[in-house]
Amino acid sequence: MTEALHWLGYAFVAAGILFFLAGSLGLLRFPDVFTRLHALTKADNLGLGLICLGLALQASGPAEAVKYLLIWLLMLVASGIGATLIASTALACGLAPRQADRPPSTSTSQRPTEQ
Amino acid sequence: MSVLAWGFDMLLAAGLLWLAWQALFTQRRFSAVVNFMAFYLLMALVWVRLDAPDIALAEAAIGAGVTGALLLTALGRLPAGTSVGADPRRWQRPLQHLAMAGAGMGVIWLAWSAYHLPRPGLAGEVTATLDATGVSHAVTAVLLNLRAFDTLLEIVIMLAAVVLVWSLGPPLGPPLRAFAPATALPGLPALSHLLHPFFVLVPVYLLWRGTHAPGGAFPAGAVMGAGGVLLLLTEARPWEYLRHHRLLLHVLLAAGMALFLVVALGGMLLTGTFFAFPLFLAPTLIMAVEIATALSIALMLMAFYLYGEPGQ
Repeated sequence: MTEALHWLGYAFVAAGILFFLAGSLGLLRFPDVFTRLHALTKADNLGLGLICLGLALQASGPAEAVKYLLIWLLMLVASGIGATLIASTALACGLAPRQADRPPSTSTSQRPTEQ
Repeated sequence: MSVLAWGFDMLLAAGLLWLAWQALFTQRRFSAVVNFMAFYLLMALVWVRLDAPDIALAEAAIGAGVTGALLLTALGRLPAGTSVGADPRRWQRPLQHLAMAGAGMGVIWLAWSAYHLPRPGLAGEVTATLDATGVSHAVTAVLLNLRAFDTLLEIVIMLAAVVLVWSLGPPLGPPLRAFAPATALPGLPALSHLLHPFFVLVPVYLLWRGTHAPGGAFPAGAVMGAGGVLLLLTEARPWEYLRHHRLLLHVLLAAGMALFLVVALGGMLLTGTFFAFPLFLAPTLIMAVEIATALSIALMLMAFYLYGEPGQ
């Protein structure tokens, strides 16, 4: 049983690494801030979740396993809100999302009113 | 497996060198700061690889977290568009080469002398005297009992730094305030509210852990200070709050150093030796000093952000 859990943990970690690789590739290859954020927050958080789950399966006790999962939860909250902040700040500073059928422009985005 | 570990270590070392180079010589300030933060994260990993999780915790919290946030805040206050010395003038070149050669020789000399240090170090002796210190974790024993004087001096230096930063305060410029974010999203205050219990819970846990495992006053203070910095950066209210509690702020800033000194002098009265305290009192005293030191460190790290004494 423990042996099987260990191997399952390795499988989860390997899958998580794949998602991290995909997220990093997206960060390098995607055209603008918004799509890069999308790649980072979606793929990397899933990858981190899988890695934390894999490590939790291999943990020596429930206390350790819960700590791994807590790390993932905190990262989800922090990176979700951080990504929203970066994206909305970029929009407010005039960076328009790149559209497929027209060239990227910097002035068409509507500026939210300053508080 | 050892080949894998060796490869990982080499990758870490190469990454450190590359990040340090990028942080020092990149043209854009923002990427320099980001490289600096990444450097400290890798540095924390290096400490983990060297079996020093205590230092890794402090390195990650202070180096990457607090210092990085401090640099980013400073960056936000600089006029945009200026870049660092992009094109060194010709007469600076020899000086540059001289400085780099000097630094390189210093590094080689350090590595050589580190290589010739006595091998097992002092770990054996510390473990042998661990029973007489009142705590069961070697690092805490060294920091707060065996070499407590060094720790006291560190706290004094941090306090002196706060005094220095505050002395540079408002008279030189307009009073500084918390940043207003470019957009009014509810997410940021919500995040700081959501994380606040953790910023209280985690330092308490680290303090409790410090008596028997990696943890203790410095990581606890760093985490608490990071929470305070987040509060300062997300809401304007705590600044006013600090302004109205100047006396309390001053007392807590000095609390770590004061309690340390009281313990040291009390030890001198009881046993005749500076910093020697009786064994039955040691766990309580060490815990009290750790709590006071952690509070002081947290407030000192926050105080660096105030750019001047609140209320002046």
